[in-house]
Amino acid sequence: MLIVGASLAGMRAAETLRLEGFEGSITMVGDEPEPPYDRPPLSKEILSGEWQADRTALYRPEALEALELTWRLGVRAVGLDIAGRSVALDDGEVLRGDGVVLATGARPRTLRNAEPLDGVYTLRSLTDALAIREEFLAQPSRVVVVGAGFIGAEVAAVAREQGLSVTMVEIAEVPLQRVLGAEMGAVCAEVHSDHGVDLLMGAAVGSLVGGDDGRVHQVVFSDGSRLEADMVVVGIGVVPNTEWLEGSGLRLGDGVVCDETCLAAPGIVAAGDVARWPNKLFADSMRVEHWDNAVEQGSAAARRLLAGAAGCAGASYTPVPWFWSDQYDRKIQLAGRTREDDEVKVVTGSVDERRFAAIYGRAGRIVGVLGFNRPRHVMLYRRLIASAASWEEALAVAEGDG
Amino acid sequence: MSYRVVVNFDLCESNAVCMQVAPEVFEVRDDDFLYILDETPAEELRAKVTEAVQRCPKQAIAIAEG
Repeated sequence: MLIVGASLAGMRAAETLRLEGFEGSITMVGDEPEPPYDRPPLSKEILSGEWQADRTALYRPEALEALELTWRLGVRAVGLDIAGRSVALDDGEVLRGDGVVLATGARPRTLRNAEPLDGVYTLRSLTDALAIREEFLAQPSRVVVVGAGFIGAEVAAVAREQGLSVTMVEIAEVPLQRVLGAEMGAVCAEVHSDHGVDLLMGAAVGSLVGGDDGRVHQVVFSDGSRLEADMVVVGIGVVPNTEWLEGSGLRLGDGVVCDETCLAAPGIVAAGDVARWPNKLFADSMRVEHWDNAVEQGSAAARRLLAGAAGCAGASYTPVPWFWSDQYDRKIQLAGRTREDDEVKVVTGSVDERRFAAIYGRAGRIVGVLGFNRPRHVMLYRRLIASAASWEEALAVAEGDG
Repeated sequence: MSYRVVVNFDLCESNAVCMQVAPEVFEVRDDDFLYILDETPAEELRAKVTEAVQRCPKQAIAIAEG
């Protein structure tokens, strides 16, 4: 088996192959030189300095050893031959597998029209996180976070906790508007203003301007206004890493397009941030960038390969996407597939105290749940979403549970 | 072979994924703390507990054999 991408989805695929009794060779290809590490702590414990880099390791050395994997780290896959199930690497080597897992992840989107300047960062890798940490320690006089999504929000939260001045800039009128809607987006905004973040909403960044030293010193908005900054962190989403698959014959469209079982072509599956598949539970095509999906889809994709090898049909992959974000002392969790125009109802707790759960409904069904420090309720409603429960049923549960 | 569920409560952040995967074994209550309902679950629950171990975002759960 050949697994392209040695981060969470690829590793869970490898682990699942072993758990399911696969005894053949498994080769892991990864473009980062480090052994597999976990990304959620990067924007939390690593940025704050609470953890040293080595604590992000996904596996203890002996656990990694026990998986008996063959490693190709620090090399990049540059081409896939579907018929031959072979992958060409940038060092000239060509690897072949009976099954191939595509788990090449995604990379941060960058600002258009932005010259390369010092002091401008995106956050995806351990290297990125350590560099931002270094900058924080140097006490920049103003950190500008571009994008009020979850990465931007976590960076802003840590920066404030380090005592730095932070301005968060967002093109929409409230953070996460398209996902959470106006009302709950506004709650997310208040969490940041409560903690002293300056929020600039509805502001489109035009360009970044550097000084003679090659370092960023201003953010210029599309209306011509300017903001002083000596450090900028850009968190405006990610782009799936599919360029290396162009011309391979696989269908690409904001990700590797798979069938409902994560199969992209015979003997070839995709998992994690790079995979797009139709999730039957929501009757919707999805590409999910969450930690939990990398775990679950990595396993599902591995099982799909084994099923195919055994001549069996694969199972449909129908998860309820879920993720968490830690900001200040709040644990924010979102499960499901929410949209801006969904009906939203607070079912427990108090929005003012920032400890509540709200459910999202659409077309007579519960489709999502948002929790602020309410993990039990998020999981309660996540189970309802998984069972395709109606909005009425969800309201009845809320009535009974409070 | 019997097994035991071990949670490192210093790592646990009550994300409650384990409760979603194996509600027979794990419960996060309204106090936001995780409670283990059954430290030595039946063999039939092993697959679920294993999934809970894998899907814990904090790697706070382990299975101890024997």
